[in-house]
Amino acid sequence: MIPEIGLAALWLAAALAVLQMVSGAASLRAAPGEVNPLAIYARPAAIVQAFLAVLAFATLLYSFAVTDLSLKLVASNSHSMKPLIYKLTGTWGNHEGSMLLWVGVLAASGGLLSAFEKRLPDRTMGATLAVQGFVALGFYAFLLLASNPFERLPVAAAEGSGLNPLLQDIGLAIHPPTLYAGYVGLSVAFSLAMGALLTREVNPAFARVMRPWVLGAWVLLTLGITAGSYWAYYELGWGGWWFWDPVENASLMPWLAATALMHSVSVLAARDALRTWTIMLGVLAFSMSMLGTFLVRSGVLTSVHAFAVDPERGAFILGLLGIYIGGAFTIFALRAGAVAEGKRFAALSREGALVFNNVMLSAILAIVLLGTLYPLLTEAFDVRVSVGPPYFNPASAIFAIPMLLVMAVGPLLRWKSDKPARLQFELALIAALVIGVIALVSFFGQYPLLPLLGLGLAAALAVAAVLPLKGRKLTRVPVATWGMVIAHFGIAVSLFGMACEGAFSEERLAAVAVGGTEQIDDFKVTLDSVMPIAGPNWTAMQAQLSVSDNGAAPVILDPQARTFWSPPQSTSESALLTKWDGQLYAVIGNQAEDGRWQIRLWWKPFVTFIWYGGILVALGGVLAIAGRVRVDVKRRVASAKGARRRADVEALGAPAPVPAE
Amino acid sequence: MIRWWLALVLALAALPLAAQDTMPPAPYAYNQLSDPKLEAEASALMHTLRCLKCQSQSIADSDAPMAGDMRHQVRSRILAGESPEQIRSWLIARYGDYVSYEPEVSSTTWPLFAIPVLVILIVAGVLLRRLGRRRSDDDNAGEAA
Repeated sequence: MIPEIGLAALWLAAALAVLQMVSGAASLRAAPGEVNPLAIYARPAAIVQAFLAVLAFATLLYSFAVTDLSLKLVASNSHSMKPLIYKLTGTWGNHEGSMLLWVGVLAASGGLLSAFEKRLPDRTMGATLAVQGFVALGFYAFLLLASNPFERLPVAAAEGSGLNPLLQDIGLAIHPPTLYAGYVGLSVAFSLAMGALLTREVNPAFARVMRPWVLGAWVLLTLGITAGSYWAYYELGWGGWWFWDPVENASLMPWLAATALMHSVSVLAARDALRTWTIMLGVLAFSMSMLGTFLVRSGVLTSVHAFAVDPERGAFILGLLGIYIGGAFTIFALRAGAVAEGKRFAALSREGALVFNNVMLSAILAIVLLGTLYPLLTEAFDVRVSVGPPYFNPASAIFAIPMLLVMAVGPLLRWKSDKPARLQFELALIAALVIGVIALVSFFGQYPLLPLLGLGLAAALAVAAVLPLKGRKLTRVPVATWGMVIAHFGIAVSLFGMACEGAFSEERLAAVAVGGTEQIDDFKVTLDSVMPIAGPNWTAMQAQLSVSDNGAAPVILDPQARTFWSPPQSTSESALLTKWDGQLYAVIGNQAEDGRWQIRLWWKPFVTFIWYGGILVALGGVLAIAGRVRVDVKRRVASAKGARRRADVEALGAPAPVPAE
Repeated sequence: MIRWWLALVLALAALPLAAQDTMPPAPYAYNQLSDPKLEAEASALMHTLRCLKCQSQSIADSDAPMAGDMRHQVRSRILAGESPEQIRSWLIARYGDYVSYEPEVSSTTWPLFAIPVLVILIVAGVLLRRLGRRRSDDDNAGEAA
């Protein structure tokens, strides 16, 4: 009964999406000064729809929690003996469930927008909600027609077939919802951009409405990517933290677009410049979200041929992609000319630096898109090529290096126009840091070029990030500025971690007998014992390693080689020793015939900084949101106060005060 | 093609059963070369070779027996004095372009190199248009005001 309620809620939500679309569109046809009688339904439709879609997701969550094996989805993706937390997270560990989550978040953000956003003109809001309804409708149709999560089995299964053990991990429990919320938050930015474009309201007021959505989505994407990268690092058992895998690229591309959009929308809000850029990036960002969903969800990555054999789902998403992206860019092409260009600025100005970096971000996006899609394209013609780190790293560095340099200088520039002479000291400092660090590091050893450049840039960027605070009273610096400083500093921290990992990692692979000792960096690692142990749905061989750092008291690490039986698969559970200056990464492999065990050890200096940096970047985003919201609330309170005072003055019958000449 | 994928899936499914009780397929699959310089060369090469039985993993990042086998091949050939590029072309001859993560310019991969050049040109064009012209506009605006 519960799943049927979910299904009914989903159908009703789809119907409301139609109402929202029609009603929103009707507001565009109202005569000036009047309200179209149809237009009043858009907001309530969006809100009720949000409740229904969330309800549908909640019912599926419940079915997974109680392992309702009469549901096809539960039977094929869950197992009664899984721990409860992984039963719940299994809800989005499969195609249908994750699409339902996607749609749930989409509806919820549409509901939030229509419930709380009162600043936009009615026509713009109507157009925005119409677009949001149109997007939602497509994905409801996809769920209901091509991937119904509530499908029942004719006969309930005796036992479920379980969840991929790699996904039975807390990292993967939080990673997809965060990422999806980010993807879908961009849908609101997209709808707002289209709404503003359709009603010719591309102005700072619109940008201020759009900004928190972009910032919020960007924060979630940042956290999602950071969590995903750390998960891959400790769960896959080989110490890699970024593989340029298409699935990773699918999350990186919206992030790149959202980063550019966030900066662009800030310029529009503050300076009324970059109007067309903001709209274009708004369309691009959500297009990348949908493309990411298509790549991950259509099965096209496993095999283009498998996709061609059973194309229903993939073709459906591809069709939606075509309609939304094609439609949006068509409207953009038709209307962009009508959007005035906005305020002008010199090349050497903060706007100029932002434009430069937006172009660089877009170029990196183009490279990642090319490297991700090209192999899929050639595979369709039976030519198989691989595009990996040796391609992505240098190709994206061509654009990333100038971008990072400009990023160091940009926040120091004045708006509108600036003189290089004013920044002589800062420019010299940044250049000296880049060159000095690179020279210093290459003096001590031979390292690959990119990590070397990364170290130099990270040092310069870390210093440059805090330079905007120079000469300012710290207590009076706006919260949003702190956000920028911390986010930029976070990029430097992350870059430092990546460069250190690339340049200084040490690896030790060895077959070790019980009692044997291996040396890596300053660590002595002794294999004390190997014991079989059992978990709720797995068995494992667990090694006990005592690690002593430079003769200090030993610390115990216990990596496991786990074997799951449903579905049958084995995973390596790495054990990590985290120090402030890096991580010791230990994995146990197979036993050789002579009784020795394969042990893999890595010492990765400062590798944790990669993810600390990611968290700092996200924190910066949160501060930026908090700062903007605080200013907004203050402004609203002040204008309400002003209005009351004016009303009081009028009630007293006193003459209005004449402004002093 | 489909049959090939099926075989792959079956091989993957059988993997955990085989993994626990067989010895590593080859001595250099899980053991490093004693010369750190040669090992660094081998490791750099292994990170750019695709594990053919995994989804988007290099042979340096995989537990699949085939990846172990290939690691053994790479290390023993490096030890025998072959250059990384020789080994790469030997593997490409054996498994096709797909095995190498480092695409080379060829009749099937030229767009991978042509398009970035195009992107650089577009970037230069956009920047010149957006930023290069700006100064004179600003001067005009200044004169008008």
